[in-house]
Amino acid sequence: MISLEFLYRLMGLLTGAVAVINLRDTTNPNRIWNAAFWGLWAISFLVGTWLSDLASGLLIIAMVAVATIRGIRSSGTESTSLAERVASATRWGNRLFLPALAVPFFTLLANATIGRITISGAPLVEAKQVTLVSLGMATLISLSIGMLMLRPPLRAPLTEARRLMDSVGWAAMLPQLLAALGAVFAAAGVGRVVSALAASWIPSGAPFLSVAAYTLGMALLTMLMGNAFAAFPVMMLGIGLPLLVTGLHGNPTIIAAIGMLSGFCGTLMTPMAANFNLVPVALLELPDRYAVIRAQIPTALLLLVVNTLLIYLLAFPR
Amino acid sequence: MLVLSGLLIVVLGFAFRLNPLLVVTCAGVVTGLAGGLGLVKTIGTLGHAFTESRYVAIVWLVLPVIGLLERAGLKERARDVVMQMKSATTGRVLLAYLALRQATAALGLVSLGGHPQMVRPLIAPMAEGAAERDLPGLDDATRYRIRAHAAAVDNIGVFFGEDIFIAIGSILLIKGVMEQAGVRVLPTELAVWAIPTAIAAFVIHGARLLILDRQLRKGAR
Repeated sequence: MISLEFLYRLMGLLTGAVAVINLRDTTNPNRIWNAAFWGLWAISFLVGTWLSDLASGLLIIAMVAVATIRGIRSSGTESTSLAERVASATRWGNRLFLPALAVPFFTLLANATIGRITISGAPLVEAKQVTLVSLGMATLISLSIGMLMLRPPLRAPLTEARRLMDSVGWAAMLPQLLAALGAVFAAAGVGRVVSALAASWIPSGAPFLSVAAYTLGMALLTMLMGNAFAAFPVMMLGIGLPLLVTGLHGNPTIIAAIGMLSGFCGTLMTPMAANFNLVPVALLELPDRYAVIRAQIPTALLLLVVNTLLIYLLAFPR
Repeated sequence: MLVLSGLLIVVLGFAFRLNPLLVVTCAGVVTGLAGGLGLVKTIGTLGHAFTESRYVAIVWLVLPVIGLLERAGLKERARDVVMQMKSATTGRVLLAYLALRQATAALGLVSLGGHPQMVRPLIAPMAEGAAERDLPGLDDATRYRIRAHAAAVDNIGVFFGEDIFIAIGSILLIKGVMEQAGVRVLPTELAVWAIPTAIAAFVIHGARLLILDRQLRKGAR
């Protein structure tokens, strides 16, 4: 049976290799700190399952300390020159797209098939983990295709991964840390306090204001919590059901569906949704941390208006 | 009320552009302490949840492949392909990707995209390549703007496409929350009511991409 643990070991090997390559790169004055950051993360992937909660917590604090005090600095060396890459691009032509497109292709293929495979009655992959395991398998297949086709030095995938990991830097860890923050919020009861607050603020009576409070509330709370899934229960139970469905006899299906989408408008506008909004900034090497959010804000605000009008016009009996 | 201090730290920390890792960790520790968990329990909760959330980082497994292909000139090739297609402007390249991303997400094919797999190696170089061909002397600020738009299209496409698919996480969450409150909703109907917003998203963002084209041309003159 293939489980997430297998993928964690792979991630451990990858981050571990990135740490070792950094450590051996004497041209980079920051090499020890880079190696410490990736090395600590590798420990979490390799043996995190068996570490005590406190040890894992201290490991996070050590990673954050390294990232805050010294940061990750990439050595800035490219393994091939622009001329070499252009020559290679001309030589391989569109065949270069094959291994790249193999990633989504095999992810989808695995997604559709591996969930159905059973070995002596037991499923090969647990249903909840199918998507992630598919992605992991697809990257391994694509990597094999790329290696067979291009025949680079054997260490090339790891040195290239190191180049990319170093340029993404601490942002690579942020989505996982935010997920952990969400858990602390839940344990400390932040959701309960917020929904009590939301319920006490609501304007009552005027239908349009109630709808607007619901959609804007969804977007704002999503911006604070970082994802619409955390905001939806709070706003639905705080405003949606009592005011819009029970009070104004609105259609619960429309209110729920478009309410969730109003939350997605919030996701587009918040750095708390790091994997969507901050990670690409690092991946695309943009100097402004909020460049992607800036590009999304006009669309998000206009859509929020549309969503408010859609609920107001469609969800209530005339 | 005190447990909300973590949220305040998050807002201020991001507003003042402090290191997000530091901001999030401090917010976690303060929230735990304010919620009465105690220091050891707070750090433990953070650590436990971090370990449980390792799946979030699995997406980085794709980097060796992407790096390998970049080394062999994938970005350069993506740029060349678009440069040869005269009618493929920056805005139109992004518009085509928006349509593709929304349509495939609506069919449940959410993994057909993503920033590390698609945007960095393919979509961003294509959008940039089109601008390079049309606008000689492209400056860095414009390049960054185009790349940010490439990332935005991936997000907007998947967010406002995926809810049309009935088995996606958010639809199942809605159904669960509503059922607990004693209201029955059908996934198929929830998915249908995601369509008006999906159309609006395509029209609004598509129009903005075509406007981006005009602005790029004006900026070049």
